[in-house]
Amino acid sequence: MRRIISVLLENEPGALSRVVGLFSQRNYNIETLTVAPTEDETLSRLTVTTTGSDKVIEQITKQLNKLIEVVKLVDLTEGAHIERELMLIKLKATGSQRAEIKRTVDIFRGQIVDVTSSVYTVQLAGDSEKLDGFIQAVGTSGVLEVVRSGVSGIARGEKVLSL
Amino acid sequence: MELLSGADMLIRSLQDEGIEYIYGYPGGAALHIYDALFRQDKVKHILVRHEQAAVHMADGYARATGKPGTVLVTSGPGATNTITGIATAFMDSIPMVVLCGQVASTLIGEDAFQETDMIGVSRPVVKHNLSVRHPEEIPEVIRKAYYIAATGRPGPVVVDIPKDMTTPNERYEYAYPKKVKLRSYNPAIRGHAGQIKKAVDMLLAARRPVIYAGGGVVLGKASDQLTELVRKLGYPITNTLMGIGCYPASDKQHLGWLGMHGTYEANMAMHHADLILAIGARFDDRVTNATEKFCPGARIIHVDIDPASISKTVEADVPIVGPVDAVLKEMLSLVKESKQKPDADAIAAWWKQIEEWRAFHGMRYETSDDVIKPQEVIEILHRLTNGEAFVTSDVGQHQMFAAQYYKFDKPNRWINSGGLGTMGFGLPAAMGVKLTHPDDEVLCITGEGSIQMNIQELSTCKQYNLPVKIINLNNQALGMVKQWQDMNYESRHSQSYMESLPDFIKLAESYGHKGVRIEKKAELESKLKEVLAMKDELVFVDIYVDRFEHVYPMQVARGSMKDMWLSKTERV
Repeated sequence: MRRIISVLLENEPGALSRVVGLFSQRNYNIETLTVAPTEDETLSRLTVTTTGSDKVIEQITKQLNKLIEVVKLVDLTEGAHIERELMLIKLKATGSQRAEIKRTVDIFRGQIVDVTSSVYTVQLAGDSEKLDGFIQAVGTSGVLEVVRSGVSGIARGEKVLSL
Repeated sequence: MELLSGADMLIRSLQDEGIEYIYGYPGGAALHIYDALFRQDKVKHILVRHEQAAVHMADGYARATGKPGTVLVTSGPGATNTITGIATAFMDSIPMVVLCGQVASTLIGEDAFQETDMIGVSRPVVKHNLSVRHPEEIPEVIRKAYYIAATGRPGPVVVDIPKDMTTPNERYEYAYPKKVKLRSYNPAIRGHAGQIKKAVDMLLAARRPVIYAGGGVVLGKASDQLTELVRKLGYPITNTLMGIGCYPASDKQHLGWLGMHGTYEANMAMHHADLILAIGARFDDRVTNATEKFCPGARIIHVDIDPASISKTVEADVPIVGPVDAVLKEMLSLVKESKQKPDADAIAAWWKQIEEWRAFHGMRYETSDDVIKPQEVIEILHRLTNGEAFVTSDVGQHQMFAAQYYKFDKPNRWINSGGLGTMGFGLPAAMGVKLTHPDDEVLCITGEGSIQMNIQELSTCKQYNLPVKIINLNNQALGMVKQWQDMNYESRHSQSYMESLPDFIKLAESYGHKGVRIEKKAELESKLKEVLAMKDELVFVDIYVDRFEHVYPMQVARGSMKDMWLSKTERV
């Protein structure tokens, strides 16, 4: 099953490599990984999406918790949550394609953020499935370049991950 | 406040931490530190001949004393040579701090002479590693390193020290912190009371219980609590290779150790148990055999300081995270208070069954009139040393024979590389033990393959007068490899023979030690007596043993606990 694990990490050199190393060393899978400092400059927030059986996920969270630099973590998929991923995508846009792409971007509530005579650069945020859906809708033949941020997530409601 | 250089702060921190010995080898990036070491006499430095041996020495010291060991090496090759030793300590959860020199911080990343990213290289085999980013941090980093190494589930901690952190002419205020603050590291200090209560209720209701204890009991200094609980309950106990000595092997409730080369009765009892109380053990593959066939009728209570050890390979019904000594103490007082008593009839029937298993096989081997059997060497040594020696081993058949036939009644006396299986561990580990236990007998039981992996330490033994006894069970082959080739590869002995062995007697003599060769069975006991009488000498005892002996029992690969070979021809 796919899981989103959100981690508060000491904002120190080497901390990220320890997390990434743990995944490869124990043969766990990383699908996406995002990391950035938080409003508290001593902490980073790291979000990793992974897949595995319940037993594997339990081991992942336990092994992560064992790392000295991991301060706190939560498996967001255990409760209601919001997940978002940002995609920037460069599409071939000439002739009648231009209007068609514009329409599709509107349907997916994206924005065209850069334009040349033959290329549109589109910005789109949403869950990973929505981004996959957009690529499918515009057709892979027109895609020149894709960059995706990986998933960030947060719990719904009052629940917060903080110290 | 005193002003000290980084190097002096480092050594002073070790003094304030109460460190008696460090094991190491100097080199460029560590020279400021070695100079600071020279200008004091509280912390004693033992100069090894290879950095790997320094780590095993620190490891042997830690296993025998329960205190963290300390290693000091230079950057680059000095640091990378420690890796096998660090991995050995990591797999067996041995507390240790490894101080590594590093090139100056201004040179890091430039492929400078003797530069290695030791933080990166060591990462998968340490509990934690730290690098010094400013000389002023040194006391705090050192305090943190020992705190992390020795608390919770212990393990090795590497400290990387760039050379410019120890420059002699830059001085800073020195104060050794009494406490460290780590907001993200809080090992459990007691188990969950509700879970412990539940576990005790299950224990008292069990009809076929087995207590399965591991190295965590030795590391957690909980042998007394365990022994008291087991005696109070009157239940059978087995332990892992790492748990040897946590409960007296000579006691009738003890079934011997379990797993791949465990006793018939221990493995049978585990397989047929209805309740297993696992304490400080981790259900590793050398214990469980195929996990899907593991102990089908048993419910499992698992006590461990490390939550990640619980339900990692075998699902626990009642997990208890906490220090083993505290949990066992609480269990014992609940057992004493409880109105419920174990079902005497059921437990008597269970013991009757176990005694039948014990009578069916027990530990046995075929003796011979002329060939020396490795097992009998161990039995004689056990007798001659009254079972009181510290025994270190290397890895292979001799290790299993030593563990099977030397019956340990006390913890911390059986010292081997259980998890990583590191050949070359035995001699340096024995040195680490002997240094702090000069009046105790210290035996290094080894083979002609393993001993050659750190043979250079005979020189260190001479320098520091470490009269350990090296018992070389010489079968002229890599015995365990050969055994597997006999069993699984139709006796194709690919690369498992040791040709052109050195004359170990002359080799020992050339280092200034004594050597004794034993080839005849008739002289075995008398010569071993003579060897043990040479209290102040390191004696290399080269014993020619049966070249064809296998270690039994041996679990059948991918079988259950009860599927074993009992000899070359009997399979159950």
